[in-house]
Amino acid sequence: MYQPVTRGAGRTGWSPGFLVKLALVALVDALGVYAVLAAWGARSWGVLTAMVALLLVANWAYFTRRALPLKYILPGLAFLLVYQVYVVAYTGYVAFTNYGDGHNSTKEQAIEALLVQNERRVEGSPSSPLTVVARGEELGFAVVADDGAVRAGTADQPLETVDGARVEGGRVTALPGYDVLEYAAVLERQQEVTALRVPVSDDPADGSVRTQDARTGYVFTSTLTYDAASDTMTDTVEGTTYTPNDEGRFEAADGTTLPVGWRVLVGFDNFVTAFGDDRYAGPFLKILLWTFAFALLSVASTFLLGLFLAIAFNDARLRGRRVYRTLVILPYAIPGFLAALLWSGMLNRSYGVVNEVLLGGASIPWLTDPLLAKLSVLGVNLWLGFPYMFLICTGALQSLPTDVLEAAKIDGAGRWRTWRSITLPLLLVATAPLLISSFAFNFNNFTLIYMLTGGGPRFDDASVPLGHTDILISMVYSVSGLDGTAAKDYGLASALSIVIFVVVATVSALAFRRTRSLEEIA
Amino acid sequence: MRPTRWFSEVGWRHVVGVLAVVYAGFPLVYVVSASLAEGGTLTGSNELFASVSGANYAALAGTRFWTWMANTLVVAVATGAGTVLMGAAAAYAFSRFRFSGRRAGLTALLVIQMFPQMLAFVAIFLLLVSLGNVVPVLGLDSKLALICVYLGGALGVNTFLMYGFFNTVPREIDEAAKIDGATHAQIYWTIVLRLTAPILAVVGLLSFISTFGEFIIARVLLQSEESWTLAVGLYGWVSSLQEANWGLFTAGAVVSAVPVLALFLFLQKYIVGGLTAGSVKG
Repeated sequence: MYQPVTRGAGRTGWSPGFLVKLALVALVDALGVYAVLAAWGARSWGVLTAMVALLLVANWAYFTRRALPLKYILPGLAFLLVYQVYVVAYTGYVAFTNYGDGHNSTKEQAIEALLVQNERRVEGSPSSPLTVVARGEELGFAVVADDGAVRAGTADQPLETVDGARVEGGRVTALPGYDVLEYAAVLERQQEVTALRVPVSDDPADGSVRTQDARTGYVFTSTLTYDAASDTMTDTVEGTTYTPNDEGRFEAADGTTLPVGWRVLVGFDNFVTAFGDDRYAGPFLKILLWTFAFALLSVASTFLLGLFLAIAFNDARLRGRRVYRTLVILPYAIPGFLAALLWSGMLNRSYGVVNEVLLGGASIPWLTDPLLAKLSVLGVNLWLGFPYMFLICTGALQSLPTDVLEAAKIDGAGRWRTWRSITLPLLLVATAPLLISSFAFNFNNFTLIYMLTGGGPRFDDASVPLGHTDILISMVYSVSGLDGTAAKDYGLASALSIVIFVVVATVSALAFRRTRSLEEIA
Repeated sequence: MRPTRWFSEVGWRHVVGVLAVVYAGFPLVYVVSASLAEGGTLTGSNELFASVSGANYAALAGTRFWTWMANTLVVAVATGAGTVLMGAAAAYAFSRFRFSGRRAGLTALLVIQMFPQMLAFVAIFLLLVSLGNVVPVLGLDSKLALICVYLGGALGVNTFLMYGFFNTVPREIDEAAKIDGATHAQIYWTIVLRLTAPILAVVGLLSFISTFGEFIIARVLLQSEESWTLAVGLYGWVSSLQEANWGLFTAGAVVSAVPVLALFLFLQKYIVGGLTAGSVKG
């Protein structure tokens, strides 16, 4: 395969194909080098390493003759590695950390945040005449130091000496690179001005300059000091010493902790929380059972209805069956999210068309009663899913071997007997892999649950935002806190993702045993 | 045929058919009727076709609906096209070349596709936060980043579907071309891709349709209203003020269902073939 019999034109010289390849690789290289430089600037060493590796592999793959298969696989592989393999691995890592609110960053960042948050104006600290300046939209301060030098900075840019400033009456009135704000403009942005902190230097221990009146700046320094040698935080006002504990926080001898922590590995704590913690264990178990019930019942109900319709329409004597078929599969052609939203309106207790029109003004709480909400979810999923089952059952029925059916007829088997002993087994063999993948799909049918009920109605007994129709994936979403309704807990959310993965993988592994996918590899 | 016999053999099928059509079709008739209702509220939409006006459709212009529609189409078309190109290339390599690591690669793809990408949305979010610090256009709230994320799932899901189909194209054809002096690239672009066009259409369409309706990743990644997709935007309308926004939503639903519905009915035959080859609606 690597040694062609003859060499085509594209293999030598500057053929059009080669030029196209050259242009594309050059484009990728240009963008890649830009990303590498940006990563260097942002000090993201992980991104930098990955980009350099990708660029090297890409250039090697497209300019060597030895990596022929890689030329075709690489584009997809690159995306697969970054956005699938890496994120899955990262999910696995996060599942074993306490990443989330209160443990958002690295230890260095947590220390810096603690120092900044605990800044107070030190009594008797020096004050200096201050002018509010702006660089573009960004506000900053310019101060005149005791030695007469002008220093200026913004929230992101620590104070630095600026030459060429004009000072009148001990106060800066013009500054190269900055605009001096007029009094009216300062008043307009008063809140921003009083909230602004301009670091004195790169070291957070040096404190910052702040102002209350926009005319005088005071140096604020932190009441906390961090000692790198002993790795302790000391509160200089109360004299308490905090040492880092295993959970990624600074803890004093009496057990009080400082509010900002960092992420650390916590072992199986997240899994223990899911299965054992009082707040989560009860809801988690209910949700786990409901997820299984939902996925199984969805597959069963859609399959039975789809199969029944497939049988009903599978008769050449039925006139207009093409029309029936086209109309019946319409729900399948509607994007799932639209259908779920549509049904959420139709099932609305007070105004929905189901209660108001079909049931003549009833007030049935379709989506707000625990049991009815579950039935509604299943009912809507039946509407969404039966056309798919109808399609695959029709396909399977039409490919049944007719000779077997005829043989059964000749042997005197009745309709029911033929159906039970021949049609159904053959049908199940043909559709089983699809039923299993349908199970896996419904196991993670986030869109339906989230759009129809939002997981509600809520559990009465839980302090966590979970409800009776939540399935595992919507529980992951709630727990992660990414919708802003609860505290973020990426660690627990990722641990739950791993649980789902284990379930789905087990089921899929069973599926692969029954399909020929694995045999096809050989 | 006597009437009773006719009914037990054929007639009941018509009864079932009519019932099924009513069941499948009623919500669709309702949404069209509601989108044409004048009031634009949930209560006012209950009587089918009581009033017919284009007010709701006209009102869409005053919202971000068309921006969302454009975003969704851009993301779905780009993802569909990218999926086809990358999936077909990988399937070609696996189907036509024999190289070390081929078996391992195929097995790895099988294992990877067991982990649905949406499960990792927390990690995807965190990844994009750090990528965004380096290259903002690959970070949160960017359509390009969303497309990249979707393309990450392209190989795992579709390569097998294509691989099986590519194997059915006789190798003698490309061997003949090779003897005539064609390069591997020429064989790929001018022979294999042409012969596998049906499966390419199916994969492109399925990818388009599933991207069109994808919600959770889009919801997590797209933060400003201008960059939302339809799924995120329409959910916002219904979840915040269902009663008042109902007219807008139903009109938007009809408009956004049209492209998918049209594609689906137009290419029904191909899609059904692709479905039975093993993929699920996403």
